[in-house]
Amino acid sequence: MLSRLRAFWSGFRQVIGDDAYDRYLERHNRLHADAPALDRKTFFRSELERKWNGIRRCC
Amino acid sequence: MTHKLKPLLWVAIAVFGAACLGGIALNRGESINAFWFIGAAFGVYALAYRFYAGWITAKVLTVDENRATPSELRNDGRDYVPTHRWITFGHHFAAIAGAGPLVGPTLAMQFGYLPGTLWLLAGAVFGGCVQDMVVLFCSTRRDGRSLGQMARDELGPVAGSAALLGTLMIMVLIVAVLGLVVVNAMKHSPWGTSTVFATIPIAILVGIYMRNIRPGRVLEGSLIGLALLLLATAGGGWIDHNPLLRSFFDYDGTTLAAFVIGYGFVAAILPVWLLLAPRDYISTFIKIGAILLLAFAVIILQPEMKMPALTKFIDGTGPVVAGNLFPFLFITIACGAISGFHALIASGTTPKIIANEKDIRLVGYGSMVMESFVGLMALIAAGVLDPGVYFAINTPAGIVGKEVAQAVATISSWGFPVTAETMEGLARAMGETTLLARTGGAPSLAVGMATIFASAFGQSLLALWYHFAIMFEALFILTAVDAGTRVGRFMLQDMLGNLYAPLGNTKSYPATVAASAIFVAMWGYFLYIGVIDPYGGINILWPLFGISNQMLAAIALAVAMGIIVKSGKTRYAWVVGAPMAALAVITTVASYEKLFSADPRVGFLAGADALAQKLAAGQLTGAMAEAAPKLIFNQRLDAALTVFFVIVLWTVIVEAVRLSWRHQLGRAVLPSTETRWAPHPEMPMAQGDD
Repeated sequence: MLSRLRAFWSGFRQVIGDDAYDRYLERHNRLHADAPALDRKTFFRSELERKWNGIRRCC
Repeated sequence: MTHKLKPLLWVAIAVFGAACLGGIALNRGESINAFWFIGAAFGVYALAYRFYAGWITAKVLTVDENRATPSELRNDGRDYVPTHRWITFGHHFAAIAGAGPLVGPTLAMQFGYLPGTLWLLAGAVFGGCVQDMVVLFCSTRRDGRSLGQMARDELGPVAGSAALLGTLMIMVLIVAVLGLVVVNAMKHSPWGTSTVFATIPIAILVGIYMRNIRPGRVLEGSLIGLALLLLATAGGGWIDHNPLLRSFFDYDGTTLAAFVIGYGFVAAILPVWLLLAPRDYISTFIKIGAILLLAFAVIILQPEMKMPALTKFIDGTGPVVAGNLFPFLFITIACGAISGFHALIASGTTPKIIANEKDIRLVGYGSMVMESFVGLMALIAAGVLDPGVYFAINTPAGIVGKEVAQAVATISSWGFPVTAETMEGLARAMGETTLLARTGGAPSLAVGMATIFASAFGQSLLALWYHFAIMFEALFILTAVDAGTRVGRFMLQDMLGNLYAPLGNTKSYPATVAASAIFVAMWGYFLYIGVIDPYGGINILWPLFGISNQMLAAIALAVAMGIIVKSGKTRYAWVVGAPMAALAVITTVASYEKLFSADPRVGFLAGADALAQKLAAGQLTGAMAEAAPKLIFNQRLDAALTVFFVIVLWTVIVEAVRLSWRHQLGRAVLPSTETRWAPHPEMPMAQGDD
């Protein structure tokens, strides 16, 4: 039960984008560990630009 | 569960669903409990998802769970990210669901509950869900290409340009009609207006919080925004009781339209982090919350619906939306049953995060099932109202007159008794000055929801529930207004760039401002005319929006049909071909009536002529005489726009049929642009990406 709640919580954070930076860091350190990662602020800004550059919402 | 029990379970679901549908069909009582609708919907959705969608994915699309998806092949951690199917479902549903499925079924209630319910169920499982799923599949097999690109690649440049141009005009109408809904909800309502206005500084505050104070803390920021919004909703009541403050937020339609237009322009050129993104974060929360609340209201409280199964307005004389049951029921319901706009989302961000082709059924078909259910809940909330009250709220003053006594007398004479005291008492309870002629669907949905909640939590909170409902509808709509304006601007720049290259530069500030201004002027014009129209504007704009949205769906299905035929599955082409043909007939008949009907409330040209005659004969006075020339021009413009949509639709259909025919005869056609088969990459995905 507890693990289900935890899965729901992490899924919920992922849907709304709360854990986007943690996921970015995890991936960055796995694939490009030699390059410096973006800081939280810069990442968030570029993430917003990327997200809203297209059709994101319907009527 | 053992294998022996499973078929029995499905038989039980089928029997249960059929019994509930039978219960709805055979009900002859004064009222009907919402339980029957939920039961019927559950049965229909479950069977359709398990068997029809299952069959389509297995036989028609032949989804291949061993095949790599674009998210795996191109995994860049940003746009292309393999994502768990329930997360993808959440993203996709949040993207497709908005105010559309709430408004359409509310307006269609004028025909009674039966036609709306049947179309919401049948239209979704055979049309809307199929469209969303098939387009999502086609785009996933093509690196996540957009509908316009797929139309060009698979059907040729003629169909591609037609689809693109049609989409742009549809965006104009969507933003205009949604803007009109929110203007009508705020008109002379200081409580509603102050709450909706408050969403703007709150969003900006949250935007600054998320960017500068606690960068990227989306959850925190959203919760703060949510708390402030609820506070603002309650605070609106306080403003409403203060005579001075109240006067700051009491506006007529034209002023509010100017606000919405100005807002749309400013929001489109402001950076996204400041207004659009934070409001969308808050709005996603409210969306989930509002839908859960609505579900609680409908499923747990199971209200009694007082609307008749059919009203006399199936003959085309309806005061909310003019026109016969066929085709205008289908045009009016629009989004909740099938929405062409979803094809743009299903060929946009979603295919880039699909982790495995076998998730396409849940994400494509499943999300639309949910949206259809949201539409059904809106229909139930509208049905809770006394029919007389429903018509008093939704009938424009142009039909029943501005005087309360005259309006209630007219509505009562239709056979839906309502008194002036009832309407005044209801308006007072909801914290409004009047609820007469509040067209657009939002106020009547809000009254319906507030009534259901008050029955559970006490009457004292009626006004608060009402304004909470208005606030969340406005929130969805304002997001659609600025997101729509941004998309429209990108599309416009794309097209204008072909004529004059500097205009196409999306990085150039002057070009951005110019394109935004043009696009805002386009929808702003329709919004303004809708506001000054004495028949409420909704009567003209909503059908036009419905026609354009259903046409986009037919275009998407035509593209899908071309792709299915080329993949050698011609014998299954009816899966998309049948709903395409149905929509083509519905929208073409609707367009024909909108053009040539002799009834001035239905036909644009007849409407323009009737008004011109009255003007020439000097029968119009005051504001009406002043507005008449604009209204006459606008009705003729609407007629031209309708012709444009019909041409766009049939261009794409003819191209799709011609291509399918050539393919059947063995002649050369454009090659399929489906990507090559590849196995899932060896590299395991990131944790949490599973």
